[in-house]
Amino acid sequence: MPSTIVTEEIELIHSGKGPGGGDSSGDGGNGGDGDGGRGDSSGATRVPQRAYVTGMFIALAGILMFFMAFVSAYIVRKDMPNSAWIPLQGPRILWLNTLVLIASSLTLGRAHNRFKAQDEEGFRHWWATTTFLGILFVAGQIIAWRQLAAQGIFLASNPSSSFFYVFTGAHGLHLLGGILALLYVQFRATRKVARGTAIEVVSMYWHFMDGLWVFLFLLLYLGR
Amino acid sequence: MRIRKRNSGSVATPALLSLILVVLVAITVYVFASNLPWAVRPAPITSVGAEIDHQYDLTLAVTGTVFILSQLGLAFAVFKFRDHGQRAHFTRGSNTLEAIWTTATIVLFLGLGLMGHKAWAEVRFTAPAPDAIQVEVTGNQFVFNFRYPGPDGKFGRLDPKQISASTGNPLGIDANDPAGKDDIVVPTLTVPVNHEVNLLIRSQDVIHNFYVRELRIQQDAMPGMVIPLHFTANTIGQYEVVCTQLCGLGHSRMHSYLNVVSDADYDAFLKQQAAGQ
Amino acid sequence: MSSHAHTGGSTVHAPIAEPSGFIRKYIFSVDHKVIGIQYFLLALTAVVIGIVLSLLMRFHLVWPNATLPFVSGGQMSQEQYLALVTMHGTIMVFFVLTTAPQGGFGNYFLPIQIGAPDMAFPRLNMLSFWVTFLAFVCIIAAFVVPGGAPISGWTGYTPLSGLGEITGPGEGWGQTLWILSISLFCLASLLGALNFIATTIDLRAPGMSLMRLPLTVWGWFVTAILGLLAFGVLLAGGILLLLDRSAGTSFFIPAGLVVNDQLQAHSGGSPLLWQHLFWFFGHPEVYIAILPGMGVASHVLSTFARKPVYGYRAMAYAICAIGFLGFMVWGHHMFVSGMSPYSGFAFSVLTMSIGVPSAIKTFNWLGTLWGGKIQFKTPMLFALGFVSLFVSGGLSGLFLAQPAVDNMLHATYYVVAHFHLVMGVAAIFGIFAATYFWFPKMFGRMMNEPLGKIHFWFTFVGAYCIFMPMHFIGIAGGIRRYADASAVGFLAHLQPVHEFMTIAAFITGAAQLFFLCNFFYSLKFGPKASKNPWNATTLEWDTDSPPPIDNFGGHYPSVYRGPYEFSVPGAVDDFIPQWQEPAQVARVK
Repeated sequence: MPSTIVTEEIELIHSGKGPGGGDSSGDGGNGGDGDGGRGDSSGATRVPQRAYVTGMFIALAGILMFFMAFVSAYIVRKDMPNSAWIPLQGPRILWLNTLVLIASSLTLGRAHNRFKAQDEEGFRHWWATTTFLGILFVAGQIIAWRQLAAQGIFLASNPSSSFFYVFTGAHGLHLLGGILALLYVQFRATRKVARGTAIEVVSMYWHFMDGLWVFLFLLLYLGR
Repeated sequence: MRIRKRNSGSVATPALLSLILVVLVAITVYVFASNLPWAVRPAPITSVGAEIDHQYDLTLAVTGTVFILSQLGLAFAVFKFRDHGQRAHFTRGSNTLEAIWTTATIVLFLGLGLMGHKAWAEVRFTAPAPDAIQVEVTGNQFVFNFRYPGPDGKFGRLDPKQISASTGNPLGIDANDPAGKDDIVVPTLTVPVNHEVNLLIRSQDVIHNFYVRELRIQQDAMPGMVIPLHFTANTIGQYEVVCTQLCGLGHSRMHSYLNVVSDADYDAFLKQQAAGQ
Repeated sequence: MSSHAHTGGSTVHAPIAEPSGFIRKYIFSVDHKVIGIQYFLLALTAVVIGIVLSLLMRFHLVWPNATLPFVSGGQMSQEQYLALVTMHGTIMVFFVLTTAPQGGFGNYFLPIQIGAPDMAFPRLNMLSFWVTFLAFVCIIAAFVVPGGAPISGWTGYTPLSGLGEITGPGEGWGQTLWILSISLFCLASLLGALNFIATTIDLRAPGMSLMRLPLTVWGWFVTAILGLLAFGVLLAGGILLLLDRSAGTSFFIPAGLVVNDQLQAHSGGSPLLWQHLFWFFGHPEVYIAILPGMGVASHVLSTFARKPVYGYRAMAYAICAIGFLGFMVWGHHMFVSGMSPYSGFAFSVLTMSIGVPSAIKTFNWLGTLWGGKIQFKTPMLFALGFVSLFVSGGLSGLFLAQPAVDNMLHATYYVVAHFHLVMGVAAIFGIFAATYFWFPKMFGRMMNEPLGKIHFWFTFVGAYCIFMPMHFIGIAGGIRRYADASAVGFLAHLQPVHEFMTIAAFITGAAQLFFLCNFFYSLKFGPKASKNPWNATTLEWDTDSPPPIDNFGGHYPSVYRGPYEFSVPGAVDDFIPQWQEPAQVARVK
């Protein structure tokens, strides 16, 4: 095999790029993509705060794939020949629930702003409002289930109702997790994770769950 | 310590590894070249089958060459570049070579894939001739049933509620449908030679598969679907039909025959079956 | 480098206290190294079970009427054979090929190789292991529940897996436990993948740019991304299947099915839908099993050929390309399923194109060896074996990728040979290479070389003896998953080949005792390992063997160069470690 870059090797050793430095010579050996690795290597923290944000991004990608699997199953299943599909008339309370959840995202944004403005009281107020709206949403979803059940529509009644229960159930479980996280930030001073990071990460999750619900809701209504 | 030295520095290890690789190549080539009975496919009985064989042979030529070259190349490198006190030749790679072998494999592999498309298209993209003989193939745990439409040329409607193997209605042909009265249901598939046959493959319970080696065709019988599959057999004979999709505890006993017969024999078969209905 | 703030090539930090107490230290540990070893031991247990199951299968295929002491009724029945098929596949794919390379070695070495003190989320890491353990308990429990283990294969195709015990023994409790186990495994793998990705992105040492990552890290990183995107889909599928079985829904089960003369009450579902969801996960899963092995092979080949990895960038890009394309080829498992033939064509072309990055890797492995100074230590032998097996197993994929040719070979032993060579044996060779290579670092002692070599010779030759003939009987029409060949005429003359393969399997299986003995003997009595016994260059060799609790003993390393600086002209030593400051590199005057 012909070698391409022998002569400059001694140079490479002499010039010796330090940490974080990139040099573009050579096929991979000494390359740097300008991505310098852990920047804030302040010995005090073991895990940089941004790892939590990265982690939440990654988690949301995984959760998105999980729901997209349901969604693609829904689309395929609905349009199959002999699908035995009876479009589901969703309970009206779902509209209200959707509004409540959207409102919770707004109050959460408010809380986040208050926190940035270092207004602790305002933050706690809006944060608690968000938690309350979240609980209200879950309660509303349970009422929707009960209304359907009262009409005799259960999980196994029809593929459309099966998907309805699966969508709302899976989303509701994820949202309950979000409520727990909201309560945790409200009542427990976080030690390992800085408070700001915790607030940011929980907000990301909550907004995502809100957006996801709006998408699922539109799918259930428009795509039935 | 003495043992370790002998094992790492000596010529024995690379020599043995190279030898194994060479023997591997030699035996593989030998088995492919000598048509041992346990390593050959039966002759195909359709023109599409012959085409598939051709594509198979072409793929074998390409992959076989790559196999021989890379295994022998590995054997050579292992022996030639063993540690005998030299200094390794320093290189990080070559963009030219990367570009060459990337292009070469793209052309080779994609070319092969596109060529293989022809045989596939012939089986799957085309509709059967309008006068093709229609036979419905139904799999259930763990038998095949073949249904001919009978003299009226129409299949009777099926009703799952009327399925009863014990009373001689394994397919559940609706007793109220006149088209079903003359349907012929038999456990083996009989078709005339050189005449196109269109199978309608379905399943009653779990997934099964219809496989005849000589047709070079496998097709799953998918519950809830009726999958058409057409072929024209050109050689008279009896061939085995097997299920190749895991279907439960009797999977390996799910078995039948494809009889390719002359036109006269086929007519006789139909008459005899019609009389028995 | 004088401009840089760090002194002595590293940053000092306060020591991390070691947890006290056996349980905190070894059972519910949050240390990625302990968790890595836990994963490894879990995989070791699973692989022993998996091998025993496969040997029982091989035995039954050749001597179906033999009386076995531990089988009820004396002779193995068809359904018991199918249960073995199912459990062997499930245990091997999930609890060995996914668990050992990623959960085991990835957990142990990814943080060290990038210079991090631990994973980004240590407690999540612990949770991920224990959920995996729970999944393992579930799958093993399937052996002992009424009805026994499921018989629907590791793919669990519906309706066989969706209707309950009416479709066959093991389809009751056994199948439910199977779904439960797989779902738990998905959950655990998602948590693990999250941790791997975040760690690789945010915890790299100063100077550790993406193009300085060891190829092992590239392998684990891309594997984690595959896992993140694939396991969620299988989890969703598993939930729907469970609902079909226990709640009476009809996601995957069509109307009008009659099993045992009983009409089933489902309507309108699609078995193909399950196959799509399963293989959307299942094909990336193949790469989840093999990508870490590719990384290990590159790493070990370079170290023992004393040469930089040939075409490092091409290798890193090829891993990414394989990961990307791996998500677009799942349909090639379904050419004969009744899927649209046009989709079949599209999947075929995409599948052929995934051969390109695979070929690039092979060429570069040969390029790495070319002109090297190859030292034949046991890990190197297994890495060389990996290359040979990967080529042999990969090439047969080009047949199966063509729908027309697949029509003839689908569901025959040809397929069994193909995937066993490429994702089974090759991946296990990757695991063995990793074990022999990193054992000194993990346990502070060297493994025995002569025993290791004997293990290699038997395993390498044995693997070929088992799986090469399988190609041929596949071509001759030998059908997989048949408990008994007596009903089909054309299978009879394949029996002598089966006998040969079974004998080879028993010898190869027995040869694994060399490994187990070597492993446990060396654990206790092996000679002490130095910091860097192989004269290697990556960060794991910058620390004690085994590493201290915070990996680098009170400092963070910094990285000054690429991972494979071997035999650099002008340097005295034939290796320059990543952590060595440029000024300290001894030069030829």
